[in-house]
Amino acid sequence: MSAKIVTAYHLRDGDAVFLREDTSWSKDVAEAAVVETAEAEAALLETGQADVTRNIVLDVYAVDVEIVDGTPKPTKFRELLRCLGPSNRTDLGKQAA
Amino acid sequence: MYRYDEFDHAFVRQRANQFKGQVARRLSGELTEDEFKPLRLMNGLYLQLHAYMLRVTIPYGTMSSRQLRQLAIIGRKYDKGYGHFTTRQNIQFNWPKLEDVPQILEDLAAVEMHAIQSSGNCIRNVTSDHYAGAIATEVSDPRIHSEVIRQWSSLHPEFSFLPRKFKFAVTGDATDRAAVKFHDIGIIIKKNDAGEVGGEILVGGGMGRTPMIGKTIRDFVPERDLLAYVEAILRVYNLYGRRDNKYKARIKILVHERGIEEIREKVEAEFAQIQGSSLTVPQEELDRIAAYFADPDFEAFDAEALEAINRELEVRKFENRDFAAWMKTNVKPHKQAGYAIADITLKGIGETAGDITSDQMDVVADLTEQFSLDEMRASHEQNLILPHVKQADLFELWSALNSHGLGTPNSGLITDMIVCPGMDYCALATARSIPIGQEISRRFADLERQYDIGGMKIKMSGCINACGHHHAGHIGILGVDRRGEEVYQITLGGSGDETASVGARVGPAFTADEVVDAIETIVNTYLDLRESPEETFLSAYRRVGLDPFKEKLYAAA
Repeated sequence: MSAKIVTAYHLRDGDAVFLREDTSWSKDVAEAAVVETAEAEAALLETGQADVTRNIVLDVYAVDVEIVDGTPKPTKFRELLRCLGPSNRTDLGKQAA
Repeated sequence: MYRYDEFDHAFVRQRANQFKGQVARRLSGELTEDEFKPLRLMNGLYLQLHAYMLRVTIPYGTMSSRQLRQLAIIGRKYDKGYGHFTTRQNIQFNWPKLEDVPQILEDLAAVEMHAIQSSGNCIRNVTSDHYAGAIATEVSDPRIHSEVIRQWSSLHPEFSFLPRKFKFAVTGDATDRAAVKFHDIGIIIKKNDAGEVGGEILVGGGMGRTPMIGKTIRDFVPERDLLAYVEAILRVYNLYGRRDNKYKARIKILVHERGIEEIREKVEAEFAQIQGSSLTVPQEELDRIAAYFADPDFEAFDAEALEAINRELEVRKFENRDFAAWMKTNVKPHKQAGYAIADITLKGIGETAGDITSDQMDVVADLTEQFSLDEMRASHEQNLILPHVKQADLFELWSALNSHGLGTPNSGLITDMIVCPGMDYCALATARSIPIGQEISRRFADLERQYDIGGMKIKMSGCINACGHHHAGHIGILGVDRRGEEVYQITLGGSGDETASVGARVGPAFTADEVVDAIETIVNTYLDLRESPEETFLSAYRRVGLDPFKEKLYAAA
């Protein structure tokens, strides 16, 4: 299985968030917990799903990543854009921070 | 312009207040996302790739300076200082926070605007000709019947849960600038032999994954019966439209599968039942609404004054090439002597199509008030229009626009593209479209080259849903995902005007690195094969077909 992280949308601002190992959510993909087994992925998704019930996030799902310079980088372009922001406006979104 | 009456005001404020309660219940956890989602969509609130997105309707594209100023404030206060004009005469804000949306809706209500029915399986914002009320060839102002339909369709209890979304477009001119043949119902306002005003009704047009040209279901319906007739169509659609498959649920599929004859028969039977009922619009009501769209107080100019104005404009054009270029493409004749229509293309070279900053909105609002009798328009081609500008004011207007990056002289030229937000913003998109549009814009920036190419409509979508109207582009570009790579299919020969046609796919898709070169190859092929500079790209394509373009594009393969 390829490496995976778990992502969702923050309820209040709709921003892309990533589940940390400590079960909190980060806006920075570099802080995401990376799992490499189906069991660990299921456990991470279950943790994330619990925060849907708690109305913290919505639409929880797993994303394929590769590890680049020690940090996870989504392999799908759509997910990479969620980690950065619109490519036509590099002054906006997470990439602007 | 139409002004809200007491009922409109109360209804929109009540709706904003209702949504405030729904958001509060969502944030407190009283409502789940499954329960909340249909409620937020009914108020135009989507969840996109990076944030929530609020789509605000601009009925038939008409706005006042006060309304545009309010949009500027919303962009500045609750968003990131800009907005995006769409292909359905809406504006989208890309970054609102959920908790701010109720206040935004209240702010919109204060200037007679809302986001109701900008999403969901209901009758969407009624669109119309952006030159309505200003163009000389118009039979009747299409905004009168657009407004009648808007009032009838707002929260219509029978049509709030249709099989799929439903879009109307209305034009009052034989030259179609509203793409009426690509709508679920298109209405062409016309006069019959007796001189009575009515409408030709087209049904079953649309884009998306199955593009269809609307078919005439009735050549003439008197204006008093228009509502009854479209209600009859909606009833037939509501009854027979497919709900088992969302990809086959639009009325275009129903018309295609059953045939226009069967649909006409059913609609006519329904119409016979309801004609003459409460759906007949009384003449006094039509007159009341028409009064809102009566000509503003145009100043009258005598022949001598007009001659002096024209002389002055010629001098200005001679002295200032940039002004002359803008006059050549962005200024259109007006029905009233001494006036002109001015296009403000939101297509600066290398910029994002349809985007406008809050500061620029303020500038356009000021100029609307100063130069256009306090009326402006948003077009489905992602541009703004000042419809009533005195010719004598054109130089001053252009100077102000130009100093704020709004004087790009490219209306109708190759860099005046429709480009949907694509994967840079949209959760449904399968590829980006904005960066490709920006690169095409830069590639064809040279104005002399644009003039040489002539009238050209490139339309681009980042997914099969076709918000960028690629099927109707002279050159259409569709971004798709091919095993994780963004690639772009090209279609040729589409048109959204009165000669509507669906573009034909030219061949295998191009990568992001290849597609702009491919567009250039298509353009150069056209320039080589056209019979004269007067033969437009569309005319040349219709004469020669796909083959010459295919040969050039895939010659090396």
